[in-house]
Amino acid sequence: MRRYFGRKLLIYALTFFVAVTVDWVIPRFMPGDPVQTMLARASLRPEASQAMQAYYTSVFGLDVPAWQQYLNFWGALAHGDLGVSIWLFPQPVTSVILRAIPYTIALLIPAILLSWVAGNKFGAYAARRRWLDNTVLPVGYVLTATPYMWLGILLAWALATVAGVFPIAGGYSFDVEPSWSLSFLANLLSHWFLPFASLFLVGFGGWAIGMRNMIIYELEADYSHYLEALGAPRRLVRRYAFRNALLPQLTGLALQLGVIVAGALVTEIVFSYPGLGYLILQAINNQDFFLIQGAFLFIIIGVLAANFLVDVVYVLVDPRTRTGMRGAT
Amino acid sequence: MTVSDSEELAAATPAAAAATPVTVASPRASREALYFARRNRKLLAGLAVVLAFLVVAAVGPLLTDHGPNEYVGPASQPPSARYWFGTTTFGQDVFAQFAHGLRSTFLVGVLGGGLAAAIGMLIGFTAGYRGGVVDEVLNMVTNVVLVIPTLAVLLVIATYLRVRGVIPEALFIGLFSWPWVARAIRAQTFSLRSRDFVDLARLSGAGGARIVLREIAPNMSSYLCMTFILLFGGAVLTAATLDFIGLGPTDGISLGLMMNNAVLWSALPLGMWWWFVPPGLGITMIVGSLYIMNVGLDEVFNPKLRKL
Repeated sequence: MRRYFGRKLLIYALTFFVAVTVDWVIPRFMPGDPVQTMLARASLRPEASQAMQAYYTSVFGLDVPAWQQYLNFWGALAHGDLGVSIWLFPQPVTSVILRAIPYTIALLIPAILLSWVAGNKFGAYAARRRWLDNTVLPVGYVLTATPYMWLGILLAWALATVAGVFPIAGGYSFDVEPSWSLSFLANLLSHWFLPFASLFLVGFGGWAIGMRNMIIYELEADYSHYLEALGAPRRLVRRYAFRNALLPQLTGLALQLGVIVAGALVTEIVFSYPGLGYLILQAINNQDFFLIQGAFLFIIIGVLAANFLVDVVYVLVDPRTRTGMRGAT
Repeated sequence: MTVSDSEELAAATPAAAAATPVTVASPRASREALYFARRNRKLLAGLAVVLAFLVVAAVGPLLTDHGPNEYVGPASQPPSARYWFGTTTFGQDVFAQFAHGLRSTFLVGVLGGGLAAAIGMLIGFTAGYRGGVVDEVLNMVTNVVLVIPTLAVLLVIATYLRVRGVIPEALFIGLFSWPWVARAIRAQTFSLRSRDFVDLARLSGAGGARIVLREIAPNMSSYLCMTFILLFGGAVLTAATLDFIGLGPTDGISLGLMMNNAVLWSALPLGMWWWFVPPGLGITMIVGSLYIMNVGLDEVFNPKLRKL
């Protein structure tokens, strides 16, 4: 087990290293001068523009050798310094992102967990039940094929514009002040629901199909036939199949994390939900390069942490990883 | 090969069908596959939808005498005989945009999916066939790229590109979406390389590349075909996501960009459904049909799943 975690942590450390390097390399080795590109395209007040010019030249430190620039980059990173936002000049990128993160997490964690649990249960239930299976399969495939933002757009249009049940944009209404009152929480919740629902639905379809396919595969396995031959009740066989099928679904969750996070970003854009995705959109529209690079690092860190969590859960549910097998590497 | 490798193969994407057993190819087998393919309703229906969209992409732009981004008509018109899908806030023809956008979609799917398949196969076959240190190193690289979210990297790259075209976008997508393919192919190659016929080829003095191309790859051709379809769908979805964030092509139109414009210019509160429904519906139907085609293909290639 130590070997299992050791390998995993090594990979994550390496990934983080590569990600930071990419973050450093891209602005420097893309065609064109990054400082000029940024300042030419950013629409700034004159005094800000001058300050930015001086700031960027010093930050990029293009006069020192490349290896030193690279070390400086790591040094700044160690202090949590990701530069200064152009869009919200002169706020530091780190604090701008930290303000947006809670909204994204509030969307992502419930959507991921609930869609995974519900999708698995439902997929397992639908497998080998002729009528349900025939309806679940096409619906599930259409749901996984739906681009996240389009489902969000449809929900916003149907339930906000046409039906008027939910608000169409924002994290909370413009006319209320953030507070810990019950009415504000209700306001927050009504704005949260639609983006959550669209993330949930796309995920639900995928997990239901995955589980349905795995259950059918497991029910064909020798141990299932053996159990049936022994006269075990069908429910028991299905329960064993479900537990075995959960493992690949868990691996699948780790593999899908990046896609789900990307989905959350675009869903936030649809609903102007004040999370990381909306921030990235603003950063792109305002040519705020540091903000984008900072968001990139935060996404990487989040995905790595989530991957590690899945690894821990994997060890908890799969006895083989505990008894010395190397498991997934 | 560890137990979980084969499990991952099945779980590589939630849309992937249950693990495909390796079948040994022969002329008879391919004739048999064709026999079942022609009778598989899922495969035929999926293929019909994809072909229909391909025809729209090929012919559609010829039916309009103006470019997708030209301001040709009255603003914000719902669908009519003259403008089949209505017009945008700026009086652009939504149908012209849709038809041109479909072209970008297919281009991204073929190029992005193709490049990812090529890299994934190269790395997967090399790692699986060579084994040892080569495998260790390639596996490490694969795992690192696997964990990095594709979209996040593309985001940083695309931001620094002054001019963004559909083709570079497709290639960048391909460059970062191969890891699960490499892993799955590596696992399959592992299980094949110790078979008798591979040993026989090795005894007769065939080189590594030849063995992989002539002995191993043909025996997982069905799996490779399905992998490409999944990669195609994945590339289309990734491109749509990237375009929607506002990093789409600067010199053309795409379905993701259409949705981006629609949301940006308040089509939602204005209720201009004809602007944002067609692009999303197009993507969903193409990708959904591809997935359903894959289920059909799985049934064709895998005798266990055939319904008689």
